Amino acid sequence: MIRRGDGRRTVLVALVSTAVLFTALGFAIVNSPGWPQVREAFFNGHRFAADFPGIASAFLLNVKLFAIAEALILPLALLLAVLRGLPGPVFFPIRALAIAYVDFFRGIPTILLILLLGFGAPSLDLSWVPQGEFFWGTTALVLIYTAYVSEVYRAGIESVHPSQEAAARSLGLSRLQGLRYVIVPQAVRRVIPPLLNDFIGLQKDTALVSTLGVIEALQQASIDTNATFNFTPYLAAAVLFVAITIPLTRFTDWLVARDRARRQAAGVAA
Amino acid sequence: MTPALSVRGLRKSFGRNEVLRGIDLDVCEHEVVCLIGASGSGKSTLLRCLNLLEPIDAGTIVVRGEEITAPGVDVNRVRRGIGIVFQSFNLFPHMTVLRNVTLGPRKVLGLPREQAEAQATELLARFGLADKRHDYPDRLSGGQQQRAAIARALAMKPELMLLDEVTSALDPELIAEVLDVIRELAAEGMTMLIATHEMGFARDIANRVCFLDAGVILEEGPPEQIFSSPREPRTKQFLQRIVEAGRL
Repeated sequence: MIRRGDGRRTVLVALVSTAVLFTALGFAIVNSPGWPQVREAFFNGHRFAADFPGIASAFLLNVKLFAIAEALILPLALLLAVLRGLPGPVFFPIRALAIAYVDFFRGIPTILLILLLGFGAPSLDLSWVPQGEFFWGTTALVLIYTAYVSEVYRAGIESVHPSQEAAARSLGLSRLQGLRYVIVPQAVRRVIPPLLNDFIGLQKDTALVSTLGVIEALQQASIDTNATFNFTPYLAAAVLFVAITIPLTRFTDWLVARDRARRQAAGVAA
Repeated sequence: MTPALSVRGLRKSFGRNEVLRGIDLDVCEHEVVCLIGASGSGKSTLLRCLNLLEPIDAGTIVVRGEEITAPGVDVNRVRRGIGIVFQSFNLFPHMTVLRNVTLGPRKVLGLPREQAEAQATELLARFGLADKRHDYPDRLSGGQQQRAAIARALAMKPELMLLDEVTSALDPELIAEVLDVIRELAAEGMTMLIATHEMGFARDIANRVCFLDAGVILEEGPPEQIFSSPREPRTKQFLQRIVEAGRL
C-alpha cells in the first residue's frame, strides 16, 4: 500500500510542477509589453484558419520529396558504406572514390548545393533527365544525405565484432553473403536511432528547396505572409513539420522496443 | 592413405611478432589430435590458419590431397568442408538457434528450407537443444550456446572439425555437457583437431597429443607418453604448472 501511495504521489508532484512551470511561462509571455502585437502577427486565428489548408496541401510536396529521397538514400548509402569497407589493394580506387564522395557532400552546405544544382544543372540542357526545380532539389538532398547516412551505416558495420564475420566465413559464406545475412542485419538494428535522426533532418531540409521557387509548405507560407503582412502562415508550416517528425520519433522508439521485446520473449512464445 | 590434413612449414606473423615458426603436422582420417600449450603458444592462430581465416606467410596446407593454400583456390568451397568452433561461440545473435544452424546449409549448400530445418532439428535434438531451437542465443546458457555452435558447424557436414578451446569461456559446471558432445563425435569417427586446456579430456579423447611451444610443435606422441613421460624439458615444465594449478 505504501508503494502504491508513493506512485500516486510521484504522478501528482509531476503534474503540479509541470502546471506551475507552464502557467508561469505563459503568464510571463502574455503579460510582456509586446504581446498584443506578437499575438496579432504570429497567432492570428483567422489567418491560420484561412491559410492552413493551402499550406497543408503544399506540404504534401514536402512529404513526397521526403519519401522519394529517403527511398533512394537508404539503399545508396548502404551501398556506399559497403564499398568503402571493401578490403585489399584492388579496391583502393573504389574506397578512395567513396571517401572523396563523403568528404565532399558532407562538407558542402545543403542550401549551396541546392542552389548550384537548381540553377546550374538546367543550363546543361540535358534532355535525358527530368526538368524542373523539384527534380534538382531532390537530387541535391539525396546526394548530401547519402553521404551522412552512409557514415551511420559504416559506424554500425564496424561495431559488429570481427568474430561474427569469421563465423560467417567459416561456414563457407562469401564476403557478400556474410555482409547480407550476418553483418548488415546486426549493423542496421544498432543504428536505427541515428538513422531516424537523419530522417528528421531530411524532413526539415525539404523546406530548403523553397529557395528554388518550388511551392512547398514554406514557400506557400511566404507567399501568404507577403500577401497579408501577417506571419501566422509560418506558424502553420511549423505545425505541419512538427506533426510529421514527432510521430516519426515515437514510431522508431516503438520499433526498437518491439525488436528488443521479441528477442526477449521468443523463449516464452516457443 | 592420404591424411585428412597435412601441414608443412607453416609460418605466420602478426607484424613483427612471429606466432607460428614452421609447423609440421599430419592428422589422419578419423583421428583426434589435441593441441596443448600455454596461452600465446599459437594454438588458436594455427586453427584459424587451417580454415584460411588468417592468410599464412609460408608453408603449405593440404586437406585430403588438395593444397588449399595454392593460389586461385576457392576459399569458400574449402571452408565448407572444414568446421570450426570458437572459444566464444560466435553464434549470430539476431537469428534463432534454428536459423543459425540452417544458414550455411541453405545459403552455401543450397538446401531447401524444409530439408535444412529437418536436418538442423535432428542435430539439435541430438545435442539436447530441440526445445531451444526457436530461441535467440542470448536466452541460452554458455554450454547450450557452445553446443548450438557445434551443431552449426556440423550442419555443413564437414570432413574435419577444428575446435578452438571450446570450453575456455564456460563456467566449470557447463564444461562437461560440451565435452560429452565432442566425445560423441569422436566415437562416430569425426576427424578432429582440438586446441584445449582440459588435460584430462585430452588424455581421454586424443589419439595423439601435440605440445605447441613458441610457434613450433615441440613434442608429439600418444597421450599416455606425453602426460606420463614427456621427453622435452619444456613439456615437463608446462605439465608441471598444470598439475600445480590442479587441472590434471
